[in-house]
Amino acid sequence: MNTFELKDVAFSYSPDIQIFDGLDLSFDSRTTAIVGQNGAGKTTLVKLMKGLLKPSKGTLLIDGESIAKETAAQLSRRVGLVFQNPNDQIFKTNVLEEVMFGPLNIGMSRSEAEKAAREALQKVDLESKVDDNPYDLSLSERKLIALASILAMDTEMVIFDEPTMGQDFAGKEKIKAIIEELNTEGKLVLCILHDMDFAAEAFERTVVMNQGEIILDGQTRDVFSKKEVLEKAYLEQPYVTQIAHALGYNESFIHESELIAFLNKNA
Amino acid sequence: MSIIEVENLKYRYPDLTDLVLDDLSFSVEKGECLGIVGENTAGKSTLCYALAGLIPHFYKGAYGGKVTVNGLVVREHEIAEIVENIGLVFENPFSQMTGAKKTVYEEVAFGLENLGLDRKEMHRRIEQYLKLLDVFGLKDKNPFDLSGGQMQRVAIASVLAMEPDVLILDEPTSQLDPQGSREVFEVIEQLTEKGMTIILVEHKMEQIAQYADRVLLLHQGRQVALDTPEKIFSRPDLKGFGVTPPVVTNISKALNVRYPDSELFPVTIEAFKRLEEAK
Ligand SMILES: Nc1ncnc2c1ncn2[C@@H]1O[C@H](COP(=O)(O)OP(=O)(O)OP(=O)(O)O)[C@@H](O)[C@H]1O
Ligand SMILES: Nc1ncnc2c1ncn2[C@@H]1O[C@H](COP(=O)(O)OP(=O)(O)O)[C@@H](O)[C@H]1O
Ligand SMILES: [Mg+2]
Ligand SMILES: [Mg+2]
Repeated sequence: MNTFELKDVAFSYSPDIQIFDGLDLSFDSRTTAIVGQNGAGKTTLVKLMKGLLKPSKGTLLIDGESIAKETAAQLSRRVGLVFQNPNDQIFKTNVLEEVMFGPLNIGMSRSEAEKAAREALQKVDLESKVDDNPYDLSLSERKLIALASILAMDTEMVIFDEPTMGQDFAGKEKIKAIIEELNTEGKLVLCILHDMDFAAEAFERTVVMNQGEIILDGQTRDVFSKKEVLEKAYLEQPYVTQIAHALGYNESFIHESELIAFLNKNA
Repeated sequence: MSIIEVENLKYRYPDLTDLVLDDLSFSVEKGECLGIVGENTAGKSTLCYALAGLIPHFYKGAYGGKVTVNGLVVREHEIAEIVENIGLVFENPFSQMTGAKKTVYEEVAFGLENLGLDRKEMHRRIEQYLKLLDVFGLKDKNPFDLSGGQMQRVAIASVLAMEPDVLILDEPTSQLDPQGSREVFEVIEQLTEKGMTIILVEHKMEQIAQYADRVLLLHQGRQVALDTPEKIFSRPDLKGFGVTPPVVTNISKALNVRYPDSELFPVTIEAFKRLEEAK
């Protein structure tokens, strides 16, 4: 897959509130972060892309071809979505069975599915939990199990809805490595985030959504330099950027190491 | 007597072989905000359950030691009695929803009904706390038709509305947008000023540094340290416990900006600036 486009898309859950009204947005090989206030429509957007919701107007296209005729089953081979709440995704009582479910569902044989599931669990460092019940695990582990289930399906595009929620430093580093690996493999990667520092560190492009509209879209560094627009959308700049400003520097730093190098030079 | 006293607390979930809480002893004073930090699976949520009485009343397993909150020995009192004094905001807001109520308004009312408040006071509190969390406009919506962050706001409001003496927050802002998250921490600060005691589990170390009076560092169920944010975040061995300090402390370490004649580094931007300017 090279591109995923949304053209003039409209959607509402109920007639009185329009979530999207003529949304145009496209995704390409650049790793992309979507940020925005609670209720902005981020999860709704990715559910539309995954075919779980249907737009009332507009088209969704993969490599220029409309996906309107693809069934949910066909689409699930191409687009993987890791849910915001792992409890919405997990329903087996055994970790290995859970991670194998997706691969089996898209037609892999049992042995292929098991191989894919074990590999995916290894990527999130949870291969030792194969025999556990997901509900006996901590929420952060359950979130990684849900992530592994989607990785195991080996889809052309992977969408993560708030993957870093509840993760510690090591968990975030794992997710960062997975995103880089998917990108190197030529897959499309899209990630919804509330963690501005993580977005700034790990993504080439950042999109800011506000009440169903895109108010900023560009290179991550440029987007995070727009303090006023971000604040209007209930967001903030990454901590590194905030620290640099507090010290009176106007350059826009988005990596800790950059700021340290700069301060050392100016010391 | 302190408002929370934990003495040699040990706990293991049924069927597990290792202790998840391994000999914890500490106390918390009224009006204090105690931060709890530690890597994934350190036992933070489990400790929250033990403080709120879900362990041992709901989660069985092996239990040892004693937890006393607000004068009640948790193990010896029914959950119904404990929840009148201790509020717990779950790490997954989904777990907080009763599943039995059709609107956000009724969801918040549910907990209050058991407190025996009159109608007027109930209404006043529901309105006050839904507005505080910026979700009053959603009061007629089904709780399960909310976005993740909206549901987390409702979960926090429903516990705050009970006005408990002790409030336990397990990663309460994990799904909130940055400004919503900041607002919640400001509310926490106001509540401690009014005498509420708060236990706060967080991965956002910037917030722990700013709002916690003391920090408990947990690792594999054990209590590594209980100290001020400066002392905890200045530890050279912190990374070994899977915890990273606030960004500003990392930068201070790299630039060797520290408090005069001490091994301590600043943990807030304000403190960092003051030390830089004094150099
Ligand atoms: N099933 C549903 N029925 C009705 N309204 C819904 C439903 N799901 C979401 N909404 C509403 O649609 C809007 C957008 O929700 P969405 O979940 O897309 O937000 P989000 O940007 O993902 O927010 P968050 O950051 O809190 O996860 C919100 O106002 C929400 O209340
Ligand atoms: N309901 C449960 N049954 C069995 N084990 C559990 C349960 N909940 C958590 N655990 C285990 O207890 C340990 C601590 O989990 P938890 O307290 O959730 O950690 P934290 O909140 O620090 O991430 C983990 O190893 C986890 O797998
Ligand atoms: Mg969402
Ligand atoms: Mg936890």
